[in-house]
Amino acid sequence: MAYNLKEEMNKEERFNSGHRLCAGCGAGIVCRAMMRAVDENDKAVICNATGCLEVSSFQYPYTAWNDSYIHTAFENASSTASGVCAAVEVMKRKGKIDPDQNYKILVIGGDGGTYDIGFQSLSGALERGHDFTYFCYDNNAYMNTGTQRSSATPRFAAATTTPAGADSVGKKQDQKDLTQIVVAHGVHYAAQTTLFGNMKDFHEKAHRAIYTQGPTFVNVLTPCPRGWGYPAEDLIDICKAAIDTCIWPLYEVVDGEYRLTYEPKKKLPVEEFMSKQSRFAHCFKKGNEWTIEAAQQYVDKKWEDLLAKCK
Amino acid sequence: MSIRERLSGNEAIATAMRQIGPDVFAMFPITPSTEIPQYFAQYVADGKVDTEFICVESEHSSLSACLGAEAAGCRAVTATSSAGLSFMNEVLYVAASSRLPVVLAVACRALTGPININHDYSDSMAERDSGFIQIYAENNQEVYDNYLQAHRIAEHPDVRLPLMVCEDGFITSHAIENIELEEDEAVKKFVGEYHPENYLLKTENPLAVGPYGISAYYMEARVAQAHAMMNAKKVILDVAADFEKTFGRKYGLIEEYKMEDAELAMVIMGSSAGTAKAAIDELRKEGIKAGLVKVRVFRPFPGEEIAKAIENCKAVAVMDKSEGFSACGGPLYAETAGACFNMKKRPLMVDIVFGLGGRDFTVEAAKSVYGRLAKIAETGETGDIYTHMGQRER
Amino acid sequence: MGLKAEEINEHIAWQDLTTGCEIYEPGTSRLTKTGEWRSRTPEWIKEKCKQCLLCAPFCPDASIPVKDGKRDEFDYEHCKGCGICIKACPFQAIRWKEES
Repeated sequence: MAYNLKEEMNKEERFNSGHRLCAGCGAGIVCRAMMRAVDENDKAVICNATGCLEVSSFQYPYTAWNDSYIHTAFENASSTASGVCAAVEVMKRKGKIDPDQNYKILVIGGDGGTYDIGFQSLSGALERGHDFTYFCYDNNAYMNTGTQRSSATPRFAAATTTPAGADSVGKKQDQKDLTQIVVAHGVHYAAQTTLFGNMKDFHEKAHRAIYTQGPTFVNVLTPCPRGWGYPAEDLIDICKAAIDTCIWPLYEVVDGEYRLTYEPKKKLPVEEFMSKQSRFAHCFKKGNEWTIEAAQQYVDKKWEDLLAKCK
Repeated sequence: MSIRERLSGNEAIATAMRQIGPDVFAMFPITPSTEIPQYFAQYVADGKVDTEFICVESEHSSLSACLGAEAAGCRAVTATSSAGLSFMNEVLYVAASSRLPVVLAVACRALTGPININHDYSDSMAERDSGFIQIYAENNQEVYDNYLQAHRIAEHPDVRLPLMVCEDGFITSHAIENIELEEDEAVKKFVGEYHPENYLLKTENPLAVGPYGISAYYMEARVAQAHAMMNAKKVILDVAADFEKTFGRKYGLIEEYKMEDAELAMVIMGSSAGTAKAAIDELRKEGIKAGLVKVRVFRPFPGEEIAKAIENCKAVAVMDKSEGFSACGGPLYAETAGACFNMKKRPLMVDIVFGLGGRDFTVEAAKSVYGRLAKIAETGETGDIYTHMGQRER
Repeated sequence: MGLKAEEINEHIAWQDLTTGCEIYEPGTSRLTKTGEWRSRTPEWIKEKCKQCLLCAPFCPDASIPVKDGKRDEFDYEHCKGCGICIKACPFQAIRWKEES
């Protein structure tokens, strides 16, 4: 069914107001959109890794979620979900729950809980083939503890553990390409998206992921105004710059087949993304021009690799 | 009708699991508990149980998966040992504070290092404050019986706490002994079904588990959890009473062996109690009034019961099969001594750390402990309170 | 079944907390009025609004209610004033309110 924003927005809200995410936090937009992608009669169980979202969306006694929700710890959202998936199987089989009821197991964590500390449990759950969809709200650092670098932090970004200084131009390493690592597990569906336009790209990928049998993965670039250093109202501009510079390419992989879902009319230089955020401010200082060149080279290479895969 | 069998502790646990038929078993191998999921995998393969058996990629994940399954409305179980239990540490606390009554079989084994696969309680004792109920067994029969009682205790509405069924690695887990098994139907009837009021998959209302708790609630939540552990004492005894009525074997929080008139006593746990009983039998023939208190339940700690049992003794040795590195005694000693502090009458008490990493504990060694206690009783002097036994020394 | 979320507050006794701090109701966060956090306030200019709804999905706080395919006035009890909706609107139908 074709995407219709009006119909989507008519749906009952399943991620409610009153959560304690910062003003302008992208994660709130992600959660609302994620829940709209679950069909109205299907019951969801959200398994959440420790992080900003967890402390903000379920602070006793206030849950932002309409659906069932479980948080256990930081690194084990996927293994917790594995148990929930097993429960669905066995309780249906034993007639303890309605076998005709659709349950959708959604796991959500930040990049810290996904790329780093939760990587093992994610990999294990993908390999085992449980029927769940993992949403990573990738905000490029450990934001809940105050913007420490993660393996999702891009090269040259300043974080509180990779600050810029006389002898430092921010993080030394490139971002881990988690989406491709997930693809290497042989999942039936994986995609990258972000927050822009009428949210069609997000919705279609999320819906497809949720309604594909087996483990699926949606990696969402999710700006953090405080950690990235930009005015909160600029979120959509930042996301747009990320996709138009090809820093965050939008694509999906269906049974190993790569498909580009967005190609910028004109690929913009990386400065368009970097100059909007104070975490890259040092890159624009005299003598650091090379960082922008290096960032550009990296993005160009990754983009070409991706285009080759999409052919 | 009981069935006479010959089983190892691990097979006894796996058998109990098969009879109960948990909904989810999440496993990860580690010596010496590995056989439990191995036996169970065969039951699954042979269609003898209808359990979702998942092989996860770590102990951290096996317990995490149990939490997800238990919260979803299932009976979830797993098994581990040593480093595996340590790796679960964080999740153990989450299980307890989320009040998810997972049952965890622990084949107790030394912690590294040096790395060692043999028995002591350094793994389970390190988790004594995790909020799990801990029940220990002297032999394979007790392992089996404890497992049959575990779910009912853990799931009781006044308790709702996870539970460790502890056996001694290799000594109990692998040694084959005569055992009385109960019939499958009788076990199923005794254990009953699990019907939590709220669960993640319930369609009538959602369930949210595991919130962030600000200071205004954290203290109250912990007090509630502390009371659940206190409540567990009565529930353990109630379940034991029903177990005795149903199957004829009697259990308490502690077991007193020849304590009626004992002057010299050990406080001891697990299979070592069997060895010490043999020593006591020999010493009694010589007219020595020796006895022991076996601590079956370590959490909740039966402090009053132990203190009452030893109040008329002259000298007591607390036998710690784990080293707590407190520089003043092991955990069993600290808690036993603490429990006796406010007693009007209390014996002289020493701590003996023994049997680490599978170091043998013999009848002779047990007799030597009573020899030392006799000297303490005679002189009124304890000497060094915290000592080790069985190690080579210059 | 323990208390309802609205009955749980910082004055209740430990005996009255829900077991394991579970919650058995949907969306209790709405009881938290995050509108108090706001330092700036977005204002909806109805006459300029084309009801394209492009603002609605971008509100991190679900504070642009949509009913029968049309947006309604802001939920100021929960709007934190991030301003994303202002930039999302292609018709300048949302602006910062002049604070007096």
